[in-house]
Amino acid sequence: MKANLTTQDSNPLIDKRINFVGDAVADIRDGATILIGGFGEAGSPIELVHALLDQGARNLTVVSNNAGNGHVGLAALIEARRVARMVCSFPRSSNSVVFDEQFKAGEIELELVPQGTLAERIRAGGAGIPAFYTRTSAGTPLQEGKEVRDFAGRPHVLETAIRGDVALVKAERADRWGNLAYNKTARNFGPIMCMAADQAIVQVRRLVELGDIDPEHVITPSIFVGRVVEVPDPADETTLINQGIKRVPQ
Amino acid sequence: MSAEGWTPDEIARRVAADIPDGSFVNLGIGRPEAVANFIPEGKELVFHSENGLLGMGPSPAANAIDLELINAGKKPVTTVPGAAFFHQADSFAMIRGGHIDVCVMGALQVSSRGDLANWSTGAPGAIPAVGGAMDLSVGAKAIFVLMTHTTKDGQPKLVEDITFPATSRGVVSRVYTELAVINIDTDGFVLRESAPGLAFGDLQARTGAPIRRP
Repeated sequence: MKANLTTQDSNPLIDKRINFVGDAVADIRDGATILIGGFGEAGSPIELVHALLDQGARNLTVVSNNAGNGHVGLAALIEARRVARMVCSFPRSSNSVVFDEQFKAGEIELELVPQGTLAERIRAGGAGIPAFYTRTSAGTPLQEGKEVRDFAGRPHVLETAIRGDVALVKAERADRWGNLAYNKTARNFGPIMCMAADQAIVQVRRLVELGDIDPEHVITPSIFVGRVVEVPDPADETTLINQGIKRVPQ
Repeated sequence: MSAEGWTPDEIARRVAADIPDGSFVNLGIGRPEAVANFIPEGKELVFHSENGLLGMGPSPAANAIDLELINAGKKPVTTVPGAAFFHQADSFAMIRGGHIDVCVMGALQVSSRGDLANWSTGAPGAIPAVGGAMDLSVGAKAIFVLMTHTTKDGQPKLVEDITFPATSRGVVSRVYTELAVINIDTDGFVLRESAPGLAFGDLQARTGAPIRRP
């Protein structure tokens, strides 16, 4: 089924609400660059990622701080061999097994980016800034192949912006325009990834009426958001992992 | 004091005592986290966690864990009154923009020029992972390293030149180990304090570059 756009089709109101996660990700193409929010499991849009897994797009480049845990969420997407290339700052974790195996077998490409550089490259992508210089990584192996220039007597490394075809993000609340509010440290990469993607797709615990989010408390303004879908009771990775869930048939 | 010098708690207490009152502080994952347990009465510090929290409090009770309130080590934490949440670009603007007063990190090696190695052993086949270490080490106003003085097999970790891949160059200002507290200035290592009963010659013998006595 295509996205449920009947409300939009039948009247001129702005309405970014989608009924089902599957519809929200239906048009993601093979070879797409996908920005996936989350720091560890906090803010990880696990239902959207599972919908993308079911949808079948492959040869993806995924930009995300980590490379997934256990056999669910991003780890499941990697396990199903949909991800050709990971751009991330910290692909290791105590529960990260799938990425490790593919990386050691030379089956997945890794671009390792310092976390602050990753954040700023994404922010720059959303703000129309093609590149910037930073002290981070100067004099280290991660500056290799990059332009280095001195400012104030110190070497700085040229870093280029990151944009995504799509962002998959988890937030707490959204209205039909796509204004977002987040929960605690689950905010992490959400706001900047929404800015930096052609199509930001957001799962939220609760859809609310326009005006219910105080304008002072809107964290991501609606202009950066393309689709919102309500997932009232999202799974958490820890529980799925403790239950031994493997999302990809073994 | 044990035969090996100060205990980990004694070292953490020293670090906590040396951080100026009112500082914004980032504690690295692992041993540096213990510094938060030894803040002297009457000193107010604000702890930053690079995943997007200023005003981080201690671990929650088991029945109060919120998986969306975690620290940079991905462990559940709490907030203190006055805390704030923010996104990654703001969090690293705090770091890279020089707003964090002190960052306490672990290390594999520190050179007498203040070069830091703490993200990779460079071992073939290892999964490289850097996180926020490079950003924190160039961005914070002061970098304190908390580490063991030598490796498990007795090799110095305070060295002339780092042999592990660099995290940052010329950034470390002080190192705390079980044997000594050592400052780094433009001329190299300078002894600030050594563990009671430790002869200077013994300290120097376990250090890979000359230490000056003030």
